[in-house]
Amino acid sequence: MIGPPMTSTSTSSEAPVEQLALTSYVLGLGDDALILAQRLGQWITRAPQIEEDIALGNIALDLLGQARTLLSYAGELEAAGRDEDDLAFLRDEREFHNIQLVEIENGDFAVTMARQLIFSAYQYELYSALLTSADPTLSALAGKAVKEVDYHRDHAAMWVLRLGDGTPESHGRMQAALDRVGPYVDEIFDSTDAVTALPGIAADPAALRPGWTAYVQNVIAGATLTFPTPKWRSRGGRDGYHSENLGHLLPEMQNLHRSHPGASW
Amino acid sequence: MTANENPPTSGPVPDPGPADGNAHRAGPRKGWPLWEVFIRARRGLSHQHVGSLHAPDAAMALRNARDVYTRRGEGVSIWVVPSRSITASSPDEKDPFFDPALDKAYRHPTFYDVPEGVAHL
Repeated sequence: MIGPPMTSTSTSSEAPVEQLALTSYVLGLGDDALILAQRLGQWITRAPQIEEDIALGNIALDLLGQARTLLSYAGELEAAGRDEDDLAFLRDEREFHNIQLVEIENGDFAVTMARQLIFSAYQYELYSALLTSADPTLSALAGKAVKEVDYHRDHAAMWVLRLGDGTPESHGRMQAALDRVGPYVDEIFDSTDAVTALPGIAADPAALRPGWTAYVQNVIAGATLTFPTPKWRSRGGRDGYHSENLGHLLPEMQNLHRSHPGASW
Repeated sequence: MTANENPPTSGPVPDPGPADGNAHRAGPRKGWPLWEVFIRARRGLSHQHVGSLHAPDAAMALRNARDVYTRRGEGVSIWVVPSRSITASSPDEKDPFFDPALDKAYRHPTFYDVPEGVAHL
């Protein structure tokens, strides 16, 4: 994986609390990328055009690459002998720490693009902030990933603009898609104990919101859509609480590895 | 992706729809227009035609071209051109266009012997 080898001397002996927090933080970010990569992979052969099929596949693979770096790093930090595959394929639902936004079903293309706009705009702010993280592995990952997610964000924005400011049918479905993902937005910016314990290392989610809002509101306004004011909000993904969607996603993702332990290409 | 599905010809080409960035306003989709993709591999080289693809408008065509044709670092610059904007020679006119060049070997520099003793030629 990228970044220098982990030197655990600075954290393991005198600051186990910080190491636990960092493990939890890195795992959460890795799970976000992993679960959304799996969701986007479900579009392969089903996208509206083959060009879009490839675009979604590219985005999914970018996210999978980020997930591999983050889960490998989480395994090192945890120091329990688990590698990226163990973490991806051998954990159960309650052990996943992704926000609930990434696990919701793909819906129609508009839902997928609404989810992507919201998530990629968040990831762009996240990785931009992590560029200056005191943790060398996180800052190295951010340097590579921020360019990837800048493109993801642009791709989603292009589609939201075209669908929102398109035909009455596409406008209606794009607005319905925003309404569908709206309840999952607040959870993205919830702080966690891990973040609080890692000043200078983790990015405070609340501090990412202004930049996120400016970008997303601009796209939504340009698309003649309105941002929903949801009647409820999701919470608890970082603590292992999930919607039933994740329970359906995991068996599909984990089946091969669990049926053939140690299988590789 | 489908390089020869709708090859440009000098005859009338079916209008694939507006390519001015407003295709998404054009009402019910009749199929996205075709775009020809040109990529410059490195600074100093010229753009080379690499294939074609479908996209609803120019901005999306550029992005699709990036995803389809530059995944492995193939280029530093992309052009996309509406296929309908290309005027091409017709296969039917191949003979008058190209045959007359075949027997004119003197048009090639190798036709001429370089005189001995001439430097820097």
